[in-house]
Amino acid sequence: MRGRTEEIREGRIMQATSRGSSRFPAFEIEGRAGASLKHSHIEAILADGAPVGFFEVHAENYMGAGGAPHAILERIRRDYPVLLHGVCMSIGAPQPLDTEHLERFNRLVERYEPAIVSEHLAWSTHGDVFYNDLLPLPYTRETLTTVCEHIDQVQERIARPILLENPSTYVAFDESDYTETDFIREIAGRTGCGLLLDVNNVFVSAINHGFSALQYLATFPLEEVGEIHLAGHREQTDDEGDRLLIDSHDGPVADAVWKLYEIVLGRCGPIPTLIEWDGDIPDWRTLKGEAQAAQAILERHAARSATGHGYANAVG
Amino acid sequence: MPWADRRHTDFAAAFAAPLLDPERPTPHGVNGPGAKAARSRYGVYRNNVTISLIDALSDTFPAVERIVGRDFFREMARLFVRAHPPTSPLLFEYGHALADFIDRFEPAATMPWLGDVARIERAWLDAYHAPDAEPLRPEALGAIGPESLGSAVFQPHPALHILRSSHPAVTIFSANRRQEPVGRISERAGEDALITRPHLEVFVRILPPGGAAFLMALRSGQPLADAAAHAFDAEPQFDLAANIAGMLEAGAFASVAINPPSHSEESLR
Repeated sequence: MRGRTEEIREGRIMQATSRGSSRFPAFEIEGRAGASLKHSHIEAILADGAPVGFFEVHAENYMGAGGAPHAILERIRRDYPVLLHGVCMSIGAPQPLDTEHLERFNRLVERYEPAIVSEHLAWSTHGDVFYNDLLPLPYTRETLTTVCEHIDQVQERIARPILLENPSTYVAFDESDYTETDFIREIAGRTGCGLLLDVNNVFVSAINHGFSALQYLATFPLEEVGEIHLAGHREQTDDEGDRLLIDSHDGPVADAVWKLYEIVLGRCGPIPTLIEWDGDIPDWRTLKGEAQAAQAILERHAARSATGHGYANAVG
Repeated sequence: MPWADRRHTDFAAAFAAPLLDPERPTPHGVNGPGAKAARSRYGVYRNNVTISLIDALSDTFPAVERIVGRDFFREMARLFVRAHPPTSPLLFEYGHALADFIDRFEPAATMPWLGDVARIERAWLDAYHAPDAEPLRPEALGAIGPESLGSAVFQPHPALHILRSSHPAVTIFSANRRQEPVGRISERAGEDALITRPHLEVFVRILPPGGAAFLMALRSGQPLADAAAHAFDAEPQFDLAANIAGMLEAGAFASVAINPPSHSEESLR
């Protein structure tokens, strides 16, 4: 039982970014940009040849028993790497993980052999109520312990490390005694999980909490990053009439976020990058255009960097 | 609960309680940067929770929304979300209680069929996500000799749903699930719905007289002869051949087996 967790912590079991299997051909996601898979795009994608490097799906959308969702994902999986992004594991909650949900999650990992498995530093269930949002947690010694226990439990069950995503938040907790980047660094060190750096989340949180996004990135453990997320956000105002950014995933990536992305790649080299788009879904051409913009930046940085970093390059 | 003794349990309990309760104040110890207030900031979470759950209901119940209009639907959904928040992280499972909620929802009392339309929409989504199974092939039934047919027992297809309504709920459902404008609906009689998904597409049909009694008896494991007798009792005009052809075409069942000979063969007469 402890053996596998130890192996993950020591980095001896890695994300299977390019591992082929008996059921799926080996796909390479290193240095590639991908897009969120939306069912309204499926015909356009299939007519389009090989338009992006990979597709990422929200795990919960494929937790039904059968029918069209699995038929679509099976079809996509024949031709593309698939990344599995969990949204509702509630890793940051103080209460125990829902083991039924973990079993469903594991079945998807086994069925689709995703190139990357990721989840959030957040919680969404309290008691038996599911709130359908990525809710924030205080960064304390106690929450650190629980989060690490939960990640160990997930990694143990799926027999591979996950990437943990940095959150976007609108409030902070008085009781926090770690900075977010220190908290995340501790988690990665203790559990052996990798990190999913959502650059839009960094920008959103930086504006909302009045810190410098560059300073955040300077203290973020970039060497653990195996995937990057880019997405659009919206603007509203807080009680004082100041700008408050909402992590809405319903529009194009903002210029400031592209700039931060360039800075991250400049430090880390090319890392698989997802364009997330979950609301006001545009036509496929628009979403593909965003992924191609990311791909162009990745290729510029690939040409520049001779050596790779992070999980995506660690498995050959 | 084993985790209740941990100190930081408090943060989730305190943070969660006001999410769906607008009367409660912003949780203690939650702030903006510096001396900033948290009211509108915490309000983002309140908004995300409520709006996303209303949106989920809107996705599952588009005909209900079209019938009552967007504003009515969202106000009704807001009250429903507060009274019946989801208990599963799978949003496609949410809303099984909405039809009963509508039946008791005073402002919808002038639309007594609305709850049944919601039941059909909820069953539609259950069928959409049901386990995959090949529907029963007509040849499999044809291979059974006439002497054994009465004792044939059918295994329901996992996507099968049968709903009985004393209103023209299927006609109203169908008219409001199409793109075209909804004309005047002249049907008044009750309709029974047969919902199936033989492959990937979900189908909703109106069952002929006696059809619901017949299929529900078959679904519960009664042999064909007993189910037919039951349907004739319920509806003297019951057409056995047409109903068998209809259930095969719809893909209501997955397989058929012959029960050991029993009294059921007598009841065929």
